[in-house]
Amino acid sequence: MRYAETGYTLEVDLSRGNIERVETDPKLTELFLGGQGIAAKILFDRVPPDVEPFSPDNLLIFSAGLLHGTPIPGANRTAVNTISPQTNLLAHSLMGGFFGPELKYAGYDRIVISGKAPDLVYLWINNDKVEIRDASHLRGKGVHETTKLIRKELNEPSAQVAAIGLAGENRVYTASIEHGFASAARGPGPVMGDKRLKAIAVRGTKDLNIARPAELFNLCIQLRKKMAESMDVGDWMAVDEDDSFHHNNFAWGNARTRIKDYWSEELQERWTNWKYDNMLRQKGCYNCSKKCINVISYKGRKFGYKCYGKDTYHMAAFKELDFTYEILPFTMEYGLDSYSTPQVIAFGIELYEAGILTDKDMPDFPTDSGERVFYLMEKIVRREGIGDILANGVYHAARQIGNGAEAYDHNTVKKFEQLPIKLGKLNPPYFLMIATGEKMAITQIEGSFPQDPLPTIEEREAFVNKWKEVVPDDKFLKWFMEWEKRNDISNEASCAITDWNEAMHFLDDSLGLCGFLSSFRGQFGGGVVYHVNNMPEIISLATGMEIDKEGLWKTFQRIRNMVRAVNIKRGMRRADEKPPEDHWAVRDHEFEQQLLDEYYDFKGWTKDGIPTKETLDSLDLGFVSEEFLQRGILTGNEGTPSKEAPTEKEQEQKSGGC
Amino acid sequence: MGEKKIVRRIRVNLDKCNGCRACEMACSAFHAKPKYSSINPARSRIRVVTDEINDEYVPIRATDYSKAACDGRRVYTVNGKEYSECSFCGTVCPARNLFKEPDSGLPLKCDMCEDDPPQKEPLCVQACSLDALTYEEVEEVVEEQVKADELEIGLKSLVDKYGVKKIAESFARISQKSL
Ligand code: SF4
Ligand code: SF4
Repeated sequence: MRYAETGYTLEVDLSRGNIERVETDPKLTELFLGGQGIAAKILFDRVPPDVEPFSPDNLLIFSAGLLHGTPIPGANRTAVNTISPQTNLLAHSLMGGFFGPELKYAGYDRIVISGKAPDLVYLWINNDKVEIRDASHLRGKGVHETTKLIRKELNEPSAQVAAIGLAGENRVYTASIEHGFASAARGPGPVMGDKRLKAIAVRGTKDLNIARPAELFNLCIQLRKKMAESMDVGDWMAVDEDDSFHHNNFAWGNARTRIKDYWSEELQERWTNWKYDNMLRQKGCYNCSKKCINVISYKGRKFGYKCYGKDTYHMAAFKELDFTYEILPFTMEYGLDSYSTPQVIAFGIELYEAGILTDKDMPDFPTDSGERVFYLMEKIVRREGIGDILANGVYHAARQIGNGAEAYDHNTVKKFEQLPIKLGKLNPPYFLMIATGEKMAITQIEGSFPQDPLPTIEEREAFVNKWKEVVPDDKFLKWFMEWEKRNDISNEASCAITDWNEAMHFLDDSLGLCGFLSSFRGQFGGGVVYHVNNMPEIISLATGMEIDKEGLWKTFQRIRNMVRAVNIKRGMRRADEKPPEDHWAVRDHEFEQQLLDEYYDFKGWTKDGIPTKETLDSLDLGFVSEEFLQRGILTGNEGTPSKEAPTEKEQEQKSGGC
Repeated sequence: MGEKKIVRRIRVNLDKCNGCRACEMACSAFHAKPKYSSINPARSRIRVVTDEINDEYVPIRATDYSKAACDGRRVYTVNGKEYSECSFCGTVCPARNLFKEPDSGLPLKCDMCEDDPPQKEPLCVQACSLDALTYEEVEEVVEEQVKADELEIGLKSLVDKYGVKKIAESFARISQKSL
């Protein structure tokens, strides 16, 4: 019997209308856990590097996490992976809610979608009965309307639905897949549209088996209690109305303008009233007692938001919260990512102001900044006029527009829009995370080690007191206790911090855990519910698989390198690993490159950022090294930067390092 | 004449519910055999009637079994939101796919998590960290009345489906086989 997982993958070929239920090898779970881990392996195996993202041969994979459907609270993040048209690399995408667990109860760990439907369809998974159904009547419909109509026509109010809106149908690069009030961004939306798959509806009524039932259930009672009582998990932005942090520190417009004393008490009161006067409820995801999603009914339109998603539109438009409330119901129905879309729009507005785009490109362009955002949003979702270009994201649009527009693309990494953060002095671990991360958004990379030192020893001690349970090693406590200035931290520490931060996300995204209980949250408050010290026991009790901390760490490294392998195969190299030039005002190129070398050393990657044969083989990724040798990506003789015939200068610079 | 009895009750506060369905998870785990060995919210005796878009979350428990559906036409507006009367009804009826064993279709019934030794609270209440579900025991005067248990309800639904005669015959056959 399989425990915690169903042992089946649902394979759907939309070109041929073929549907298959395929049993999986338990070895795959041992090596890659589930969720994004296994999805990366499938993409590596089955999507050759010359396959274009908008090719029927690209795969779109919806994965439940390994722990979805078990009693583990907060295991509900569904991973959606594909090759992204924007980056031409692996798309990292997650959505909360109920989809993954429902898929498990229907008897599948993941859905692998290939091909392209001749016309718009949706997929209906009802336990063993799976059908591809006509969706031509849903064309152009909003995601919530689509959800409603599908539930009605199937007469299945309990079906969980993930759908794209007009943006996805039109293959807008910043399109998202929406599920309830959760949304999966950063790439899969346009691919779903390209495959002409409007939605997936799933209903499951099967048992999911647990390996060591009573022990796991007991443990979950404790976890649940800790979650309920702790302010160190969940989204504090749902309850803390003081949002001076984002408004005073993040950049407005096209990631350029900081308004350092924006926040005021008067403003906070006004905004708090806007929120609570219009709030219906604060909602959670499957099996989680937190209430991270604010559900708002504003001027008769209902929508939900989480975290920084409440700020992005009004900060792009230099407006106030009510502007976000005006626009979110529309962007949600259209299925637009609220992180990258406002940036593309602000970029368009800036180009207009700079005279690079003119009235010819934007006829009747309004003067009010809010109306401008609406104007461009409508153009983008329809790919109409200038919208057809902006729909390709800042990086591609800048190059298509030309005429100096490239200089206005100042906030992308690996062709993807980054959070609008512009700072003074370099934060070395952040340099590494932004440069080498492959999840494309810093929120998906950072999270376990605090962003900044705490000013007093007493504050540090109070933090460490809760945090010591969750650190993988006591050296992190020492580093934090001794940390005085943001830019002053050893390279050894920077490497290890980057690695740990990443580890938590890679594990969460394979197990299906929510970052607000785990990977993203340790940096604020310290007392997360999930960490590398309790994950092994949780996995063992749920799956029956024996795994210890060391084994879990190796599994993380394996998944991390698997993801990198997908991207290396598609051409990603050291040259792509650089934060935006203006991310920090003070830069030191030589130091940064030295740090990068040391990190590659630490990870067992070559000077060009490719995992060495030795690294791959030691992580049971021999099939990757073999393919890299065949393709000439590796010769097999490479070492890491410090071990590959270093120049004298490099030898001198080499510190004890990490 | 009624007699004094301890009445066990679960109170539901819709305003506190975040729609997480932990209650369903816990109920299905408790009623799995062996206990906690599998999870399947469709087997839960509590279900959260959910319509996210309407902001509707109503935890209801399986109560009685009825072979016929009522007309279910009443619509209630509470705080500006419309609810169908079915949203508040725990009866297992043919009109909807709620509170039926997924394999057999037999009706489910909330048994307040009877256990030996007794649980301090029903499992759904234990799982609800938000106090949307709370448990109370009160002494009340109740009319003596025999409540059907799950086995009886299940049998009744089989009788409704196949007729008494067929069930009796099958029962006789099975008993003989297992002797
Ligand atoms: S912590 Fe918040 S976002 Fe995460 S699962 Fe719970 S309710 Fe959802
Ligand atoms: S556990 Fe509580 S909060 Fe969650 S759905 Fe059930 S009643 Fe609502």
